[in-house]
Amino acid sequence: MPQSAEKILDHELLFREPEYQKMLADKKSEFEFNHADSKIQEIVEWTKTEDYKQKNFAREALTVNPAKACQPLGAVYVANGFAKTLSFVHGSQGCVAYYRSHFSRHFKEPTSCVSSSMTEDAAVFGGLNNMIDGLANTLNLYKPEMIAVSTTCMAEVIGDDLNAFIKTSKEKGSVPADFDVPFAHTPAFVGSHITGYDNALLGILRHFWDGKADTAPKLERVPDESVNFIFGFDGFVVGNMKEMKRILGLFGIDYNIICDPSEVWNTPTDGEFRMYEGGTTKATVERALNAKATIIFQGYCCEKTSKFIAEHGQEVVVLHSPIGVAGTDKFLMELSRITGKPIPAELELERGQLVDAMADSQAHLHGKRYAMYGDPDMMLGMTEFLLELGAEPAHILATNGEKEWAAKVQDVLDASPYGAGCKVYPKRDLWHMRSLLYTEPVDFLIGNTYGKYLERDTGTPLIRMVFPIFDRHHYHRYPIWGYEGGLRVLVMLLDEFFESIDVNTIVPGKTDYSYDIIR
Amino acid sequence: MSMTIDEKKAQNAALIEEVLKAYPEKTAKKRAKHLNVHEEGKPDCGVKSNIKSLPGVMTIRGCAYAGSKGVVWGPIKDMIHISHGPVGCGQYSWAARRNYYIGVTGVDTFVTMQFTSDFQEKDIVFGGDKKLEVIMDEIQNLFPLNKGITVQSECPIGLIGDDIEAVSKKKSKQYDGHTIVPVRCEGFRGVSQSLGHHIANDAIRDWVFDKTEDKRPDFVSTPYDVAIIGDYNIGGDAWSSRILLEEMGLRVIAQWSGDGTIAELENTPKAKLNVLHCYRSMNYISRHMEEKYGVPWVEYNFFGPTKIEESLREIAAHFDDTIKANAEKVIAKYKPLMQAVIDKYRPRLEGKKVMLFVGGLRPRHVIGAYEDLGMEVVGTGYEFGHNDDYQRTTHYVKDGTLIYDDVTGHEFEKFVEKVKPDLVGSGIKEKYVFQKMGVPFRQMHSWDYSGPYHGYDGFAIFARDMDMAISSPIWGLSKTPWKTK
Repeated sequence: MPQSAEKILDHELLFREPEYQKMLADKKSEFEFNHADSKIQEIVEWTKTEDYKQKNFAREALTVNPAKACQPLGAVYVANGFAKTLSFVHGSQGCVAYYRSHFSRHFKEPTSCVSSSMTEDAAVFGGLNNMIDGLANTLNLYKPEMIAVSTTCMAEVIGDDLNAFIKTSKEKGSVPADFDVPFAHTPAFVGSHITGYDNALLGILRHFWDGKADTAPKLERVPDESVNFIFGFDGFVVGNMKEMKRILGLFGIDYNIICDPSEVWNTPTDGEFRMYEGGTTKATVERALNAKATIIFQGYCCEKTSKFIAEHGQEVVVLHSPIGVAGTDKFLMELSRITGKPIPAELELERGQLVDAMADSQAHLHGKRYAMYGDPDMMLGMTEFLLELGAEPAHILATNGEKEWAAKVQDVLDASPYGAGCKVYPKRDLWHMRSLLYTEPVDFLIGNTYGKYLERDTGTPLIRMVFPIFDRHHYHRYPIWGYEGGLRVLVMLLDEFFESIDVNTIVPGKTDYSYDIIR
Repeated sequence: MSMTIDEKKAQNAALIEEVLKAYPEKTAKKRAKHLNVHEEGKPDCGVKSNIKSLPGVMTIRGCAYAGSKGVVWGPIKDMIHISHGPVGCGQYSWAARRNYYIGVTGVDTFVTMQFTSDFQEKDIVFGGDKKLEVIMDEIQNLFPLNKGITVQSECPIGLIGDDIEAVSKKKSKQYDGHTIVPVRCEGFRGVSQSLGHHIANDAIRDWVFDKTEDKRPDFVSTPYDVAIIGDYNIGGDAWSSRILLEEMGLRVIAQWSGDGTIAELENTPKAKLNVLHCYRSMNYISRHMEEKYGVPWVEYNFFGPTKIEESLREIAAHFDDTIKANAEKVIAKYKPLMQAVIDKYRPRLEGKKVMLFVGGLRPRHVIGAYEDLGMEVVGTGYEFGHNDDYQRTTHYVKDGTLIYDDVTGHEFEKFVEKVKPDLVGSGIKEKYVFQKMGVPFRQMHSWDYSGPYHGYDGFAIFARDMDMAISSPIWGLSKTPWKTK
């Protein structure tokens, strides 16, 4: 009997006990009717080949293990970034259960969001009644000051008109006429979660700046000296927001963060559940119209939003996930240029400290080959940082990246001798990546939790730097942007390197001559 | 426990009144039917169930797709399950349910992979049948060892009028009768995961059983053949159950569906008895096999030694004296282990109060396991139960237990705030809400990444986990010392 009260075996050890091993072997041989082991092995080997890769890359219709989610996830993210705002997703309710679970598994925090719970009758007659009842219930139960509406693909396919529905709901007294219900159509069959981020943010800005769906006068822009910041869909928002606010504080400038979910996803355990915490206030959204400029940290998350802001008379500076020295330099210099304020000496010191750390460690990363996948902006920022370190990106993949994105990454690669051996893969998935890792192996893989399957299959060590991260805790609490963030990314890269060289040299009397105490 | 049972009932009734106050009148009236204080002797728990969730209330429920792909079909390991429609559904449910299995993933097994048709706007406009055909060709080309394909419909499929049945038939024919199963589990169907279970069960009936009869005539039955139905092998649950059935001399010819294969499904009608754990999700196919193939079924409960013992005897009662004697041997064999576990943990857990809100069978099935540890379940409810679940629940709950069907975020938070249980068992969406409140919590869908919890080996882990949650020193730190009196 393997189990005992003194030493309770968990799943990973329990089922390795002989009783269970025999049971599983018998199950396989007697009941599963699987293919012969030799056949399985033959296919295992075949999937590693160039031939398989060619067939894999010839796929036209099937997607396997994509690195993207759907639009409404981004919309729920956005709603979470506004003060006392509840996210309301119009359509099937199962979707909302999924978004909430997905975020909670990453942030280890509650994620509040309601659904209009449309079912078959709503599919036939439309979801107007669901909207009317749903808004009333949401307001009465959860007392938000704003309800941000987005849609699931069900509501999109049947063509529900949010603008009209919200108007009718207000006429029916579901919520007061002046209650803020910004909305965005977020069809899951267009783009990805970053598109949904863009649409939802645009919906909120349009609501407040452009006359609240024709129920209020459009706001008049009265230019001031403030600067707006938009982060984009960011799995590290809790850490990044803190770091960026610190930097802005050092500059001593007047600023508006548009969409800040960093507090609601970082509430304390002190006996109280806070459904709402922090977030951008309506007053801030309104005054953001007057800002001198808007800095967007992740341009591919904000394609429509940045255009909209520019059309309202502001300068818009688009960055792509400022990871590392040059990325942060660019951000700070742009900020200095816009505000006319010098870059604080403290940041200059931090820059030197990051470069110092990189110099200390560069020998360990120089020439190391990396594969990576994730959202388009993050891939750009990460590429720049790897090139700064003398590391060599080899495969850069974004399931939600377009051709123009790939061209932009290519430009970055072309500007460095370390980018020469790299290829960029827009609209590809992790099964493509699997082929790449077999046919053109690399030293390390940068990705999200799902990358662990690639690590298992191909033996490529995984560095978890991409949303979502379910199987490691608290990474999101630390920044990856700014010089301080760069330091964190550097340590992540180094830790994985040191860990893998230790693992490779740990056999006593065989390989441990290199099991060095100083590295 | 100084409160009398009548006082407790009055208190719970008042609590229900109070939570209903926050709702608009129309909604309060509807929600009132889902909340009750259990009266002993009644045939059910006195709540309405399996009714549409109200919009905007923050239901915890999922959808039919989750019930089919996520629960019933997803764990069948040697088939490829296509999440047919936009990318999200498959992405969020990707490997999230911990259905353990043995196999070479991507080669002969595919459970922890996300196959999707990743619908684009043109697929919505022009239909996705052509794309689905190409997808099946690509699957056959790149994953040649797959033993079958299922098409798990997402919302748009049923709305745009795609004919996935025709595509499945055509492709099955093209690939020499390869098992291809279209499943109409669009998320808007029904009111919860529950209809998805039913639709998935029916798809097995129509597209597996009816098409594969006599596929394996050489399969030799024995008088002791059983199939485990409704165990999804979360954290290895089905394995720590199977071992007990085998120890008592039964031959487990199939697992539905955790670590299961298509061959096991196909052979199940040859079983002498189907043993059913999750009644809610697989009673349909059990009833069908009884009617069509004459395979009787029996419900069992492998949570906690009291219920395991009862269940082993009940299962053995369907067989000869040898098996009955073996069941007693198995019970006796594990007695010392169970006693040691109880001796270790019961003193630490005695009298602790638990509130549950889960799906399937767990809102009732785990009560016995808590009671084995001296704990008391003071509130429970089903995410997607039907009245037959609430009938069965009466055998488990005590008089005066708070019952909440399809509980809303608001209700659950208020109930826990007032009842002040020592432990809440629910899902990931609820976990952090209650932990913020300083209430110990265990996820009772995923076993909070632990398990197995089924069987004798699982009970030891269950007991350890519940103790770990409640006895953690962390909860003593949640109040700021300079702010408390």
